[in-house]
Amino acid sequence: MRLAEHQYKTISSIRSQLLMVEQVTAVRLGEVVRVIGPDGQSQEGEVLLIDGHTVLIQIFGECRGLDLKESTVIFTDAIKQAPLSPHMLNRVFNGSFLPIDGLPTPLPEKWVPVAGVPINPTSRARPEEFIETGFSAIDGLSTLVKGQKLPIFSCAGLPAKEIAAAILKNCTLTGADQGQKQAVVFVALGLSHYEYSFYIKTLTAIETNFVAFINLSSDPVVERLLAPRFGLTVAEYLAFEKDMDVLVVITDMTNYCDALREISTSREELPGRRGYPGYMYSDLASLFERAGRIKDQAGSVTMLPIVTMPEDDITHPIPDLTGYITEGQIVLSRDLHRQGIFPPIDVLPSLSRLMQQGIGKGRTRDDHRQIANRLYKYYAKGRDLRGLEAIVGRDGMSGSDRNILDFSETFEKEFVNQGASRRSISATLDAGLAILKRYGLEDT
Amino acid sequence: MKGQIIGISGPTVTVNIPDLKLYDRVRLGLERLQGEVVHLSSGQARVQVYEDTRGLALGEPAEGMGRPLSAQLGPGLLTGIFDGLQRPLSRMAAAHGPFIRPGKLLSPLALDKSWQFTPDRAVGDTVVVGEVIGTIAEGSYFHPIHAALAGTLTMIASGPVVLKDPIALLTDGIKLFAHEEWPIRQPRPYREKLAPTVPLITGHRIIDFLFPLAKGGTAILPGGFGTGKTILEQSIAKFADVDVVVYAGCGERGNEMAEMLEEFSELADPWSGNRLMDRTILVANTSNMPVAAREASIYTAVTMAEYYRDMGCHVLLLADSISRWAEALREISSAMEEMPGEEGYPTYLASRLAGFFARAGVVETMSGKIGSLSIILSVSPPGGDFTEPATQACLRTSGAFLMLDTALAHRRHYPAINWFQSFSLYDADMVGYFEKEVSPAWNHNRQKCQALLQRDEQLREVAAIVGAEGLQDSDHLLLEVAERIRQDFLCQNSYSDDAFSTPELTAEKIHNIITWGEAAEKRLADGEDLAVILDKGKP
Ligand SMILES: Nc1ncnc2c1ncn2[C@@H]1O[C@H](COP(=O)(O)OP(=O)(O)O)[C@@H](O)[C@H]1O
Ligand SMILES: [Mg+2]
Repeated sequence: MRLAEHQYKTISSIRSQLLMVEQVTAVRLGEVVRVIGPDGQSQEGEVLLIDGHTVLIQIFGECRGLDLKESTVIFTDAIKQAPLSPHMLNRVFNGSFLPIDGLPTPLPEKWVPVAGVPINPTSRARPEEFIETGFSAIDGLSTLVKGQKLPIFSCAGLPAKEIAAAILKNCTLTGADQGQKQAVVFVALGLSHYEYSFYIKTLTAIETNFVAFINLSSDPVVERLLAPRFGLTVAEYLAFEKDMDVLVVITDMTNYCDALREISTSREELPGRRGYPGYMYSDLASLFERAGRIKDQAGSVTMLPIVTMPEDDITHPIPDLTGYITEGQIVLSRDLHRQGIFPPIDVLPSLSRLMQQGIGKGRTRDDHRQIANRLYKYYAKGRDLRGLEAIVGRDGMSGSDRNILDFSETFEKEFVNQGASRRSISATLDAGLAILKRYGLEDT
Repeated sequence: MKGQIIGISGPTVTVNIPDLKLYDRVRLGLERLQGEVVHLSSGQARVQVYEDTRGLALGEPAEGMGRPLSAQLGPGLLTGIFDGLQRPLSRMAAAHGPFIRPGKLLSPLALDKSWQFTPDRAVGDTVVVGEVIGTIAEGSYFHPIHAALAGTLTMIASGPVVLKDPIALLTDGIKLFAHEEWPIRQPRPYREKLAPTVPLITGHRIIDFLFPLAKGGTAILPGGFGTGKTILEQSIAKFADVDVVVYAGCGERGNEMAEMLEEFSELADPWSGNRLMDRTILVANTSNMPVAAREASIYTAVTMAEYYRDMGCHVLLLADSISRWAEALREISSAMEEMPGEEGYPTYLASRLAGFFARAGVVETMSGKIGSLSIILSVSPPGGDFTEPATQACLRTSGAFLMLDTALAHRRHYPAINWFQSFSLYDADMVGYFEKEVSPAWNHNRQKCQALLQRDEQLREVAAIVGAEGLQDSDHLLLEVAERIRQDFLCQNSYSDDAFSTPELTAEKIHNIITWGEAAEKRLADGEDLAVILDKGKP
């Protein structure tokens, strides 16, 4: 610890949001700095690189107005921390953790570094408690459990935000009888004002407590990297110190990754696939791995990030690296959306890796696995057969093949498609079973 | 050897400690973070830091430890879970709580734990280097203790011992311990390397039957996300017919390691009946743990594996995933501003990987025993693109290639190993073993099975164009036989009782399908109706 802040007027270069400062004698990696321009305007930044007495600084806000001669850099001797308190609930902050709801900053109970520290794998408790989202395609076939990280892979123009809103509204992390508290942490990254108002309306309408971090498309890009870290630090605090079940919704991770690329490029780092930095996997993992449960603790952090697949391409680095880290994915389909199916979830590429633990007797229902397996199997077969149908026509196909084709269509129209209604898990399973029965597929 | 931090760039730190050697271990800053020298130039050294460097300050002290990064080897590794630096994660959680904070150090082995030692030698005996002086019961495994030095015994323990005390004394007061240290980047020596001749049974029909692995061999499992790499690695770790399994979760999920620890503590080894964890060592350097430690983790793992190999064990090392290791290497290389090769990977990626694979093999150990070390690595190609550098580098050196196919996984055909693209170079050498030990029809059925699958593919291509109605009855029969092979033989659900298949069961199962197919073919040729055959003749 140094005793006082120390300051320098030795900026030697300014390029986009990077400052080079010379003759610095004591500095730490990641240290927060304040830069005061000649007009008295203050910006926050962070130490990126130390090379002898030369220090490279990333500015979080705008560099406009800074100069080499008059501007002062103040080193604070602290790394980026989040001010935490229970009074953050039902508040809206920007990507720098400043309130934007017109209310005063809550008095912090403690300060915690935003980067987080890894959970010891031996301390992790198995995520296995079923969360009901109210959507059959998810609850029935790609079941979400408490402590899971399960992204929604969307495409531009698909109703991902309506799905997220419905989940925020409908999902029950804890049975009311258990007396366990539930909270939502909502992180908006690079949203348009239109999307932002949609979400704020949703959040204020739900009963659950929430904390929101909002970075709009017009806000500083670097804050896009900070906001999720604030959100997750808050989520960990609520979960592991206040025993709450926390659902973290982050939208849109594609904007996060683009911000990462933009900043990496400005630092002249070596670009990887499609210009995204080589460390994007580790960087995303440092966010997603913060989801989970801890042994002997009541709370949990469940993550539902939304990823818009550029060019609808699931092999694009953003969905690809996300899929490698998260515990499955819910994939939306443009095709189903065109047919008016809501939610337009394509169950074939969708997957919940933690489903096995979360379903069955004592969790959902005894027959869940069996119903899910059958629905999946015949729907997959039906989708294969559609290829054949396109070539030989329906008449050229055998009776049993035609039956499967009809089943698949019904499955999409009646099981996946549910409009604005919410289905309980038993309604979901009953619906699935009824469709199987209708086509004589319940026990083959 | 002391100095100061003079620069920090991501996971690398520059120090001005004099007289360092390459790969020397270094402690950094007030928290005494751990690192390793990776680059020396006059007056300064670059250190790869195994912990989060955030908060580290210019001018903070740095100290050279005078020896390279090493693993501690001795009784107590089995059943353990370590991070990439071999920190004992269970004891860390007990001591420091559920989060891993930098700088906290505990010795990898519990040096105070009491073990039962049974001496094989007595006071007055002369021992030579490497000679076994007794055994420690490490669970059900009798862990031989080798003399590190030669001399005449003046004391040898018996009964309960702790590792921190000498287990024996030689004249002149020379101490012998039951544990040792070994630099992780240096392969442990052996007398001679031998050719792999015995299959590594995995309990997976498609592997054992179509793409057999060898004890002492290597294999890779490349596949996009969700294709079943982790499940397959874990399930091979459960069922492989080996003495010791080292499983490294390298840059993957924390939950997967937690689950494995839990599951392996409950399940039994199908071969010995002992608890699975009793033969297992876990190395967990998950994706959110420091990348430099991720880079080191596979070396920590392979060093522990070699240690048991040297005691004459058959050891299997699995790592999930080597791509994350390669990415860690890339991150470190780029922080050092090295000249990048393809896709930013350092140009030494392929040679490093080859060097790692070379640590597999069947060996005659220094003490004259036969031990083997097999390596199976999962590969996570970006975008499922197998032409990328890490996959290609693996392909060049590994002995078997088990390609996981996204299309099969989407159909929930698990394990999603593509039977046309995969291969095993051990294939020809293993057939003899299976014919002799398991079934004389092994090879015959194998060729038959491959031919059926090949023909099946061709017919399905035809059917996709002309429709299934355009096929002959004999074609329909073949499709049916192939379907049974795919569904009942190649598929194995990890969550079912069918997850493990002995070679005998494997042989029987394929034999039944193939003989049924042959009989059906004959009945069809004899003029019987196809519908009747298919309906009534199911085995
Ligand atoms: N052999 C198998 N049996 C049953 N399910 C499997 C099998 N292999 C994979 N799966 C399913 O696929 C999912 C993804 O597998 P995983 O091994 O985690 O993929 P990867 O490591 O390649 O991303 C699992 O959660 C499981 O649902
Ligand atoms: Mg995996």
